[in-house]
Amino acid sequence: MLSVKHNEPVEFAEDLLGKFAEIVARYPEGRQKSALLPVLHEVQAVYGWLSVPAMDRVAAYLGIEPIEVYEVATFYTMFFLRPQGKYALEVCRTGPCCLVGAERIMKHLESRLGVKEGEVTPDGLFSWRGVECLAACGYGPVLQIGPEYTFYENLTEESVDKLIDELKEKAVAIG
Amino acid sequence: MARKLLLTHIDVPGIQAFDVYRQKGGYRAVEKALKTLTPDEVVDEVKKSGLRGRGGAGFPTGMKWSFLAKPEGVPRYLVCNADESEPGTFKDRYLMTHIPHALIEGMIVASYALGANTSYIYVRGEMMPQVRILERAIAEARQAGFLGKNILGVGYDLELYVQPGGGAYICGEETALLESLEGKRGNPRIKPPFPAVSGLYNCPTVVNNVESIAATVPIINDGGEEYAKIGIERSTGTKLISAGGNLNNPGVYEIELGLPVEEFIYSDEYCGGIANGKRLKAVVAGGSSVPILPANLILKTLKGESRLMTYESLADGGFQSGTMLGSGGFIAFDEDQCIVRNTWNFTRFYHHESCGQCSPCREGTGWMEKVLHKIEHGHGSFSDIDLLVDVSKKIEGNTICPLGDAAAWPVASAIRHFRDEFEWHITNGQEAQARNFGLAHYADPLEPVV
Ligand SMILES: Cc1cc2nc3c(=O)[nH]c(=O)nc-3n(C[C@H](O)[C@H](O)[C@H](O)COP(=O)(O)O)c2cc1C
Ligand code: SF4
Ligand code: FES
Repeated sequence: MLSVKHNEPVEFAEDLLGKFAEIVARYPEGRQKSALLPVLHEVQAVYGWLSVPAMDRVAAYLGIEPIEVYEVATFYTMFFLRPQGKYALEVCRTGPCCLVGAERIMKHLESRLGVKEGEVTPDGLFSWRGVECLAACGYGPVLQIGPEYTFYENLTEESVDKLIDELKEKAVAIG
Repeated sequence: MARKLLLTHIDVPGIQAFDVYRQKGGYRAVEKALKTLTPDEVVDEVKKSGLRGRGGAGFPTGMKWSFLAKPEGVPRYLVCNADESEPGTFKDRYLMTHIPHALIEGMIVASYALGANTSYIYVRGEMMPQVRILERAIAEARQAGFLGKNILGVGYDLELYVQPGGGAYICGEETALLESLEGKRGNPRIKPPFPAVSGLYNCPTVVNNVESIAATVPIINDGGEEYAKIGIERSTGTKLISAGGNLNNPGVYEIELGLPVEEFIYSDEYCGGIANGKRLKAVVAGGSSVPILPANLILKTLKGESRLMTYESLADGGFQSGTMLGSGGFIAFDEDQCIVRNTWNFTRFYHHESCGQCSPCREGTGWMEKVLHKIEHGHGSFSDIDLLVDVSKKIEGNTICPLGDAAAWPVASAIRHFRDEFEWHITNGQEAQARNFGLAHYADPLEPVV
């Protein structure tokens, strides 16, 4: 569902618009709608999620109706429709990973972060959720963190703890 | 040692980079194709090779290429399917990560054969690192004159772009992929028209899997006939197998088609046997969509013949006692794994990933998920098992795209081969709630099949 709570206007920065232009140039004349998914990824990489004003801006930029953006943003699971933690941890929850302990890792994340799937920690640093097979089944359990989709393989409770500690330190370092 | 055609240079340091790849003989196939062969001759080589699509359906690649419509003045497109989302499958990620130029080189050869001047590689959005790797590889190839205008001076132009998806298994289905590439929801199209006639932007389009496209490189280098010498029957060449689950050495292996399944599982050259000294209980041989088989039936066919890694041998016995090679996602279950829990998990996956266009798929997968959840958690009744079979039959064959079948088969096959385990969950409700694994139901891998 789209978030109606956040409707602060959005103004895209020059470098982001530059990326959009580069993307649109990949398709034939009149087919700029093809840029929608890559453009939404760029927007989410900057803002962390897709607000309605941001999607409306994208629609205006591509010359399509806002509904054409909403229907796409709500179809694809990678697009966040509300704010996430600074680090949104996504653990694979599909069969092959469960054979090697993915369910244990998700339980551990829940207790370690103290929030349920889909919720954000009070300090705003973390959120987590289960996602479907990430095409890394031989290295399970696995998790990824956007926007660059950095990948962590062969997870154990200890390696997850270490990762969370490192991310906390990183957050402090970059302020 | 088995012959390798795709992963020959996987261990060469720096093979990700153009210069190293080139030094190892890379881009020779582009030179050979563009300078010495006509597009139709390239198609002929691929036909002779017997290469079958590596994305799951196994359709002969050369034949698919020859179906491409060629109306005057209309652009044609090649789209590479790098959506790789079938649970159990992770070979395309491996290839793109470690030898990206193998895919880029294949894209150039295949685009030339099809007369495409713009081609896209649709990569699942979660593989952002691979998107970056491919973009870098494309820039390098362009720098070296293998992409862009008038490639190698033969007057052929090609632009190659990488398109990220948005996280949707259904976008691996070729027409959903094309919708997605056009910036829409991934709803599969009704066929006909087939993409070969009306695909991307309503233009003739070929969609091929990453591995199929990469395989055209050795086919052009050595000739289709050489390629066809590897393998058995209509299963020619080599195949990347993603091996996961409870194995000692999970990972991606390039095998010669025809390798015995038993050797693949137990030999140290491949998976090295079952992890933690346990025994093999079951295998899903070709990605989550294909029927699961108990240990005895994956190692030997019902006729008692050794089961081989080929399209034909894995399918021997039909759905009664066989399965499919599919995408080559090989998932091994040890003796402690619960088939009911896994079936519930897979069904949850298909329900989650159903695009929702057809009622049998949208509603049926949700219904099966609920019933399986009930059984797995110890609240099922015997009639639920028949209900599952009934619902799965009503989905199968009644939907726009094969996702419906893909959701139905795992349920039907799990019940066919492990019915006693479903029954155990029903008669031992309390215990089923307490443990998250099933009966130690397995056939001794060494015992002959009865
Ligand atoms: C639900 C569904 C998911 C699919 N996912 C993939 C995929 O991730 N990668 C792929 O190459 N083919 C996938 N396919 C098969 C494609 O529709 C298509 O047959 C294939 O890309 C053709 O390439 P090939 O002939 O080289 O195998 C999928 C099919 C279905 C029905
Ligand atoms: S079978 Fe399922 S996924 Fe395929 S088109 Fe129908 S509803 Fe969509
Ligand atoms: S099941 Fe987890 S990566 Fe495939």
